[in-house]
Amino acid sequence: MSPEAPVSNESPLTDLATSNVVVVAGKGGVGKTTVTAVLARAAAAAGRHVLVVELDGKQHLRRLVPDLEVRHISAADALEEYLNDHGFRRIAKRLNTTGVIDVVGTAAPGIDDLVVLGKIKQLERSGTWDLIVVDGPAAGHAVTFLTSAAGLLDAVGSGPVRDQAEDVLAMLADPARCSIVLVTVPETTPVNEVVETAAAIEDRVGARLTPIVVNRFDPTEPLPDPGTVPFGRARAQVDDARDAARFRRARLAVQAAELDRLRADRPERLILLSELPVAELTPDHVGALSDDARELT
Amino acid sequence: MTALDELLPTTSVIVCCGAGGVGKTTTAAVLGIEAARRGRKVVVVTIDPARRLADALGLPGGLTGEPQRIEVGAARDSDDSEGELWAMMLDTAAMFERVVRRHAADPEQADRIVANRFYRNMATALSGTQEYMASEALHELHGDDRFDLVVVDTPPSRNALDFLEAPGVLARFLDHRVFKLLMMPTRTGFKVLSVATQPILRAIGRVVGSDVLADAVAFFQAFAGMDAGFRQRAEAVTRLLRAEGTRFVLVTSPQHEAIGEAIWFADQLVDQGFGVSATVVNRLHPTFGEGTVADAEGRAGRAAERGDDDAAALWRNLAELRTVARAERDQLAPLAARVGAAPVEVPLLASDVHDVDALVQLGGHLFTG
Repeated sequence: MSPEAPVSNESPLTDLATSNVVVVAGKGGVGKTTVTAVLARAAAAAGRHVLVVELDGKQHLRRLVPDLEVRHISAADALEEYLNDHGFRRIAKRLNTTGVIDVVGTAAPGIDDLVVLGKIKQLERSGTWDLIVVDGPAAGHAVTFLTSAAGLLDAVGSGPVRDQAEDVLAMLADPARCSIVLVTVPETTPVNEVVETAAAIEDRVGARLTPIVVNRFDPTEPLPDPGTVPFGRARAQVDDARDAARFRRARLAVQAAELDRLRADRPERLILLSELPVAELTPDHVGALSDDARELT
Repeated sequence: MTALDELLPTTSVIVCCGAGGVGKTTTAAVLGIEAARRGRKVVVVTIDPARRLADALGLPGGLTGEPQRIEVGAARDSDDSEGELWAMMLDTAAMFERVVRRHAADPEQADRIVANRFYRNMATALSGTQEYMASEALHELHGDDRFDLVVVDTPPSRNALDFLEAPGVLARFLDHRVFKLLMMPTRTGFKVLSVATQPILRAIGRVVGSDVLADAVAFFQAFAGMDAGFRQRAEAVTRLLRAEGTRFVLVTSPQHEAIGEAIWFADQLVDQGFGVSATVVNRLHPTFGEGTVADAEGRAGRAAERGDDDAAALWRNLAELRTVARAERDQLAPLAARVGAAPVEVPLLASDVHDVDALVQLGGHLFTG
């Protein structure tokens, strides 16, 4: 289970990374960053030249995939760079640029998201990498992020923003260039959220959805009913073991019900990543998760 | 008594803050239910559009931008039968319009602003607007005689300062030199000229288009004269956030990344002089007794040797769950050290939270009093 172990062609993770760019999206707390790291790890192990892109905040990826190339793109920096490239450099010297960025961002909502997507598109077009994995924004924001180009195309009649929006839309619409990996966990609210986000992306973005990743899947075999298990002569901690079994059985029942519901509501295949009994993931865990990924059959 | 028990009788505003996905909204709801059961007239303001909370609170029609009364069952103490629970969802656009109408010199000025496309973009696109409106709602509800406690669930953010600095967002925006320029009184016929002669405006126009720029210019001109009112209000909201009766509750989950963010939030709150009155850690795995992981593993091994596979499986399960519980508690130690008080621990329940009963059950862990 070393991180260097080659991923066989049967690894279901291969199906998540068939385009040049994959954007990983999911509600806060479901493990988007973990899935980004696992996908990047699997692709690198299969011999692909991988770039990992993280957007604002966090910066955990360098720790999770220390041997891979990680770029950080901040919306504010990308917008500032974009404005400087379009004639603001000389003027902005005399002004506090944040104010200008605020007014441009408000005048043309989504321009900050668009310039981030524009940078990703530029990295993709450079042809330097076989695969670019983007640790995307949280699910609610994912739809806004991905629809920014379409929105600006409607709002802006001509000029550089419109050109940029057209280029980004072309990338999003081409399944060979870009696809979206949605991440959830087998619990009620995250499953509701991923179903809503998937529908919104289908209706409003038109980008290709890969199989959905279900993170923190508990792979435990069904536990026997603690009421029927004899514990022999043991006395101490038997009640603890029974309580623990009841708890795990109830959580497994929630998991099974939520996976059924997700399967009923979405046509995509489901890829399961196991829950690890640790609070902090290391690069070795990322390798283990990538080797262990399986499809729900 | 937990730190939260002490907050409920005396506080007039509770701000729940923390990263996304850690259970902030649920915590705010549980605080609200418990405060109502103790006789407070409480309103919970959430920014979470998830239907789940509305369902759990028995509001099949969902939460709206106006406070709605919610039945919470019997009061804890028959003497405290005066308690009431209300809940609302922040409607950023409606709140923004209310704020504009309050400060406008006349309805025509407000109408001009509200109809402007640049203004309409602000509610969704200007960063900090949602936080700003949450703080406005907080101030408005604090002054509403129907309530004596406001519990506010802040937008998910990596930065606690986003909310604390929110009241000044628009004032700072208006302070900028570019907008001072835009707000300069112009006589008819000179407006276009003034835009055309300002290099910064020409540059903005080249990027976003001249129509969009014209909207922005019209917005700032319509806004002229209102900025003093906005500034005074921002100061009043900031005073409320710093008042003695306003307390901050930090919410986190036991995952490493979430705890790292909680520590960062706590540092910011302390540095800025707001302080953290309580820390809530949601969804901790239960420990299942006082025994150790090694105890359970030893018993699993002996059961397996006896050929007792079922018992071995249950002991192994106990060992696994204790391993997770231990790892989570180890993660919490630095947070507890930072905030100087033991966090209030809320266990992961055997099933997901779906109804008021489950929220009340959670309350049993947040409070002892």
